Amino acid sequence: MLHQIKQVFRSPKFIVGFIIFMIILLMAIFYPLISSVGPMQSISKAPFTAPGTYVNIEDAVRDTGGQLTLELPIVENRIEDALTADEKQKMITWLEDNGGVAAGELSADDIETLINTWNSTYDPTLVVQGMLTSAREEYKRIDIRVKSVLSVTGVTIAEQGEDGLEVTGTIDYKRFINVNDVANTFTFPLGADNFGRDVLTELTSAILTSLRVGLIAGLIATAIGLALGLLAGYVGGLVDNLITFITNLFTVIPSFVLLILISNSISSSARGVEVVAMVIGFTAWPWTCRSVRSQVISLRNRDHVNLSKLSGHSMPKIILRDILPYVASYVVMALILQISSGILAEAQLSMLGLGPSTTEVATLGLMMNWSQKFSAWQVGAWWAFLPVILSIAFISFSLNLMNTGLDQVFNPQLRDS
Amino acid sequence: MSEKMSENKVTIKKGDSVLKGVGITRVFGYGKSRNVAVDKVDFDFHAGEVISIVGESGSGKTTIAKMILGLIGVTEGEMYYNGQPRDISSHKKKKEYWQGIQAVFQDPFSSFNIFNKIDDLLIDCINLMGMKHKSQEEKVEMMTEACSFVNLKYAELTNKYPFELSGGQMQRLMIARIFLMKPKILIADEPTSMVDACSRATILDMLLKLRDEIDMTIIFITHDIGLAYYVSDTVYIMEHGKFVESGSAESVIITPQAAYTKRLISDVPKIHEEWDLSTV
Ligand SMILES: Nc1ncnc2c1ncn2[C@@H]1O[C@H](COP(=O)(O)OP(=O)(O)O)[C@@H](O)[C@H]1O
Ligand SMILES: [Mg+2]
Repeated sequence: MLHQIKQVFRSPKFIVGFIIFMIILLMAIFYPLISSVGPMQSISKAPFTAPGTYVNIEDAVRDTGGQLTLELPIVENRIEDALTADEKQKMITWLEDNGGVAAGELSADDIETLINTWNSTYDPTLVVQGMLTSAREEYKRIDIRVKSVLSVTGVTIAEQGEDGLEVTGTIDYKRFINVNDVANTFTFPLGADNFGRDVLTELTSAILTSLRVGLIAGLIATAIGLALGLLAGYVGGLVDNLITFITNLFTVIPSFVLLILISNSISSSARGVEVVAMVIGFTAWPWTCRSVRSQVISLRNRDHVNLSKLSGHSMPKIILRDILPYVASYVVMALILQISSGILAEAQLSMLGLGPSTTEVATLGLMMNWSQKFSAWQVGAWWAFLPVILSIAFISFSLNLMNTGLDQVFNPQLRDS
Repeated sequence: MSEKMSENKVTIKKGDSVLKGVGITRVFGYGKSRNVAVDKVDFDFHAGEVISIVGESGSGKTTIAKMILGLIGVTEGEMYYNGQPRDISSHKKKKEYWQGIQAVFQDPFSSFNIFNKIDDLLIDCINLMGMKHKSQEEKVEMMTEACSFVNLKYAELTNKYPFELSGGQMQRLMIARIFLMKPKILIADEPTSMVDACSRATILDMLLKLRDEIDMTIIFITHDIGLAYYVSDTVYIMEHGKFVESGSAESVIITPQAAYTKRLISDVPKIHEEWDLSTV
């Protein structure tokens, strides 16, 4: 036994799968401990906040401690941020067509010359023959944006006093404060979802819940499949025919259809995470049953089983002592595959809206479902679904890799030469 | 050694019928894959004899052995045990039956549960013999005795797993198991065909020694008619599921009737000469 475990940890495929899986698992366990928010806590009031660090504006304005005047190209940076390359190209085109600037004289890279030329040349009142009104309006909008970001007068702070607004201070445009001195900042490493929840924290909790779903479903499916497979394979005869009939029935009806029917018939109030996991487990056992059965059939004619019979052992004892140990390694592999497909089945069901009916617990499938319902794709909020898809992919990839590794250890003919 | 062997043959007391089969038939599969492995065979085995069943591979020898052992069902026919119709309808009755009839199988490597230690196998036999209550020391003593009977040292085997043994050692351990169980009938299904040449003679020798020790009937299954002649009193020749010839070893081998028997004999060059066990 110990020898076999050592062998398993010498298989490169198993090790890679195991490491990936452990990284995901440890991250899912430990990240919530260092995260300052709960996985189900709504942080952001706006849906789909982009990833980044957010600084409380009032705290930033009021903070005087670490103020600093920095000689940075602030205006240029603002313009870079405010104008797209496309808009810069449009400005150049206007200046060349209507401002008498020679072609090639201006470039989008030399932003200072471009802005200066624009400011001295652009005339919003000029009506160019043949130019659409919409195009003219767009140039006006660009002009307004340029003018506003060029402002270097700073901001005047006024507060509500007893008789109207009182000016309490001004902020020069070159002033900076240390981010660490701002009392309230918040980082969304992977943005926020439609509920305003921090996606990374929510994702870690969803991974744990999905793994639990996979484990429950996998254990149920493996337990049923193993018990029925052992019974059908060892006892044979009528028992075998009956179990094979039931197994075939479950196989002929695609298990996904069965899943949908069962999920649908359970009232949504009762459809918690555990219930969905059990439904998946109760529909996934047939293939474990089939393969255990065929293994047992080849084992039951082995002489050590005959000898055990001749020694007078009872059937349950023979199954437990002389059959089970021989299929144990195979059952472990089947369990791993069942866990992996349980996680995928939950994701599929939830995508269809037939998963756990709750918004208080996150699973990988539910996160996909929510991002789909709230049009994350359409608004470009990739952070709401891409990390989830990658998590599902990596979990099932690592589990399948571990399974392949085990397969190579237990079935030496599959080993690479 | 051969002197002693011939003596064994002389001192056989022909006893009552211990095992009798009438019209025993076994069919595997049905429809197109229907295969009559054993076809209406009759036999009558007497106490204290060594009976050989000889036939080529696939002739149905193992199938007959398993039917006699009650490991597989009989499609048709009646079996009599100690003169009574055999009754193995319940697990309890099977357990009783198996106290009187045991087996050594062909392949020692598949005869052991590789997950159990050697001690477990031997202790199982002691328990089955109704000596579960005995103290650990007494059990160890019995196991030591059984092992030394087959020239193995219990102290070297304890806590070992079967795969740490050679095929010959495994087969000897199987004989030690029989020594502990002391059955009235032993079926040995080609016990020497899958062990190394050096171990073959030892194993045969031990089987015959055991026969004298506990006075049992041996049903010896082999494809080697020379070997059968050497060890047995009665020989049954099997071809395609049927017994084509039977009788005392001398008469069958010296004056064979069936063409199949003649062919089997012609394959063995030195059959009438003194058997040299070192070449077995
Ligand atoms: N469990 C089984 N199922 C189907 N056919 C079997 C089975 N066991 C044996 N047979 C068939 O019965 C015939 C006799 O086999 P067997 O008794 O093992 O022969 P032997 O022991 O003389 O080599 C063979 O044709 C074999 O294929
Ligand atoms: Mg055979």
